Amino acid sequence: MTLNGWLQIAIILATVLLTAFPLGAFMARVYGGKHNLLSPVLGPVERGFYTVAGVDPTREQGWRSYALAMLLFNAAGFFLLYAILRLQGFLPLNPQGFAGIAPDLAFNTAVSFVTNTNWQSYGGETTMSHFSQMAGLTVQNFLSAATGLALAMALVRGFARSKAATVGNFWVDMTRSVLYVLLPLSLVTAVLLVALGLPQTLLSSVDATTLEGAKQTLALGPVASQVAIKQLGTNGGGFFNVNAAHPFENPTALTNFLEIWQMLVISVAVVFAFGRMVGDRRQARALLSVMGILLLAGIAITYAAEAAGTPTLQAASINADDGNMEGKEVRFGLALSALWAAVTTGLSTGAVNAMHASFTPIGGLIPMFLMQLGEILPGGVGSGLYGILVMAIIAVFVAGLMVGRTPEYLGKKIEAREVKMAMLAVLILPTAILGFSAVAAVIPQGLAGLLNAGPHGLSEILYAYSSAAGNNGSAFAGLSANSPWYNTTLGLAMLLGRFAYIVPMLAIAGSLAAKTKLENSTGTFPTHGPLFIGLMVGVILILGGLQFFPALALGPIAEQVLMLAGKTF
Amino acid sequence: MSYLRPAFVLLLLFTVLTGLAYPLAVTGLGQAFLSAQANGSLITQQDGLIAGSDLIGQRFTSGRYLWARPSATSAADPADQSRSVDAPYNAAASSGSNLGPTSRKLADRLTASAQAWNSSAMGAPIPGDALTTSGSGLDPHISPAFAMAQAGRIAAARGLAEPRVRQLIDASTEERTFGVFGQPRVNVLRVNRALDATGP
Repeated sequence: MTLNGWLQIAIILATVLLTAFPLGAFMARVYGGKHNLLSPVLGPVERGFYTVAGVDPTREQGWRSYALAMLLFNAAGFFLLYAILRLQGFLPLNPQGFAGIAPDLAFNTAVSFVTNTNWQSYGGETTMSHFSQMAGLTVQNFLSAATGLALAMALVRGFARSKAATVGNFWVDMTRSVLYVLLPLSLVTAVLLVALGLPQTLLSSVDATTLEGAKQTLALGPVASQVAIKQLGTNGGGFFNVNAAHPFENPTALTNFLEIWQMLVISVAVVFAFGRMVGDRRQARALLSVMGILLLAGIAITYAAEAAGTPTLQAASINADDGNMEGKEVRFGLALSALWAAVTTGLSTGAVNAMHASFTPIGGLIPMFLMQLGEILPGGVGSGLYGILVMAIIAVFVAGLMVGRTPEYLGKKIEAREVKMAMLAVLILPTAILGFSAVAAVIPQGLAGLLNAGPHGLSEILYAYSSAAGNNGSAFAGLSANSPWYNTTLGLAMLLGRFAYIVPMLAIAGSLAAKTKLENSTGTFPTHGPLFIGLMVGVILILGGLQFFPALALGPIAEQVLMLAGKTF
Repeated sequence: MSYLRPAFVLLLLFTVLTGLAYPLAVTGLGQAFLSAQANGSLITQQDGLIAGSDLIGQRFTSGRYLWARPSATSAADPADQSRSVDAPYNAAASSGSNLGPTSRKLADRLTASAQAWNSSAMGAPIPGDALTTSGSGLDPHISPAFAMAQAGRIAAARGLAEPRVRQLIDASTEERTFGVFGQPRVNVLRVNRALDATGP
């Protein structure tokens, strides 16, 4: 680890915090339906959309209607994307002449993009036509992110309101998310990314002749527009197979800075917006502190592990100061690769700028564990906020048990129904991750996909299902996941991780909205101070550790021990 | 019914807006104002041929050129399309090795390339990027240490003075952006074009 490495990390994270604050204020106005900076331009567009779609923006929905609207919209999105992928061969903008996509891969990919996972069992430049990338994948990059933001707002309203029957209008929240937040930011940053070197063309490739006379085919396409939204929407599905490690997706240290900023800024801004909407900004600071402490720890451990290198590298007399550069790009080096790996999994992005599979065992453990903690550090756009609020509910419940008092959070009594729903949501992750991993680890269809043997093979499986159930999308990419077994089960894990979590979370929103908002009394446990921050950090780590430590012990931890003992597989 | 109309109409509207209008607007702006970058930062030689992209690495094997890092990309076997063969710096199908830290295949590969390095008298210790494959398989850069280690070989192959080669490498070395961001790096293709422009 170097001072310069930490300086780069510090500057990037500080920039995110500084810019997320005003963005949060803006978003609070947008979701509150107040006049904002962009209303003069986008207000008419927004109202036009409602008129055509038959939406009455003043009519709010209870949590069940909100959930039904969300599920129907996502189902429609799934079927449209599935159809586009299957029919790719007959659709326009297909200069490479790619054929339609097989049913299992089309199912997996459609689920993947609708659930904001963006797991890719395929290599983009060798599979997807421009039409599929643009009108299929890019659209769901926007809409899945907008869905996440809408859901978070519904839960925030549950806390902010008193004795209310409704939590907002899904169509309105979703439309505003795209029009006011995602699209303007994407448009501006996509053009910036082109200026910094990303291609944006409808050509598919160019042939070059190297100085030695060899032929090199350079895959091209509308890269910048897709990269901008896949980062901003914490989607992560790359235009190219290797995602943001590809020099056309991420050519310089500046694009790397911009893309890390894009990943984080909305998720952090949503927390600031939450503070404003519940009328207590100290609560937002407390949640951000919890996220910051755990994320920084993750960055530091990954960075230290990659800087330490491996016995294999040392045996080959490679300079120990250079750390582990297998699977990393020279322009990023260790610090920016470690930072990206922790951020992309602390969020739900899943874009990568280095190959996590080639990280040291501990360097690879951290991204996996951050996904297993539920991607709440700070988590996907919207999904991070509702994830951390579910954790806050569990934390105040634990605190309530200790003192024998009905817990409260933000003036709402947290009772049996909320805690049951929170536990139901939280238990989806271990069920999907450990359940599917256990089966995949013993059947031939599961083992057939492995590239690495030994504990690293188990890590490939565990990482895949953690990524799918957590709606992350990054991979230990040695795993050949494009098989009917993995395409189907990973698709199911993604659906469970997204929708089986969302529905109980919306039920909490509905039940909270209906409750009276209480004034703080002297007996109320304050949820903005260091004590609560410490409690939440503890609850998150203990919950994650209890669920996943045994599996991690067999994968990355066993590999670390065996690696130090000089074993290879 | 009250749910179906908004679901389908909004999906359609947003498909047109975000799936067509947005990428095509960025394409239009990029092609109009930033065409060099938008088309892949291509390098056109004096004879009009495209030599490659400034951003994408290439494989060089002749002793007269600066060599890039090893690359893990592959391509379909021309003899049998269902199999794949090693094809370093295949810019039509990016890929990393994805070999883990306890992979015997990786250990064997590193041992073999370390022996080759040591027998070529390029100095010790070996720079961290010299024997490892990059994440993309298309890394356009190498570290200054790896580049300088090759200066003697290039000078001998071209009959140039070694300080001259070092000077050319220095000229193509990019420092950290604003003195802070990224790593110092040498663009391999730029150095090789500069070498060809210098003569022999």
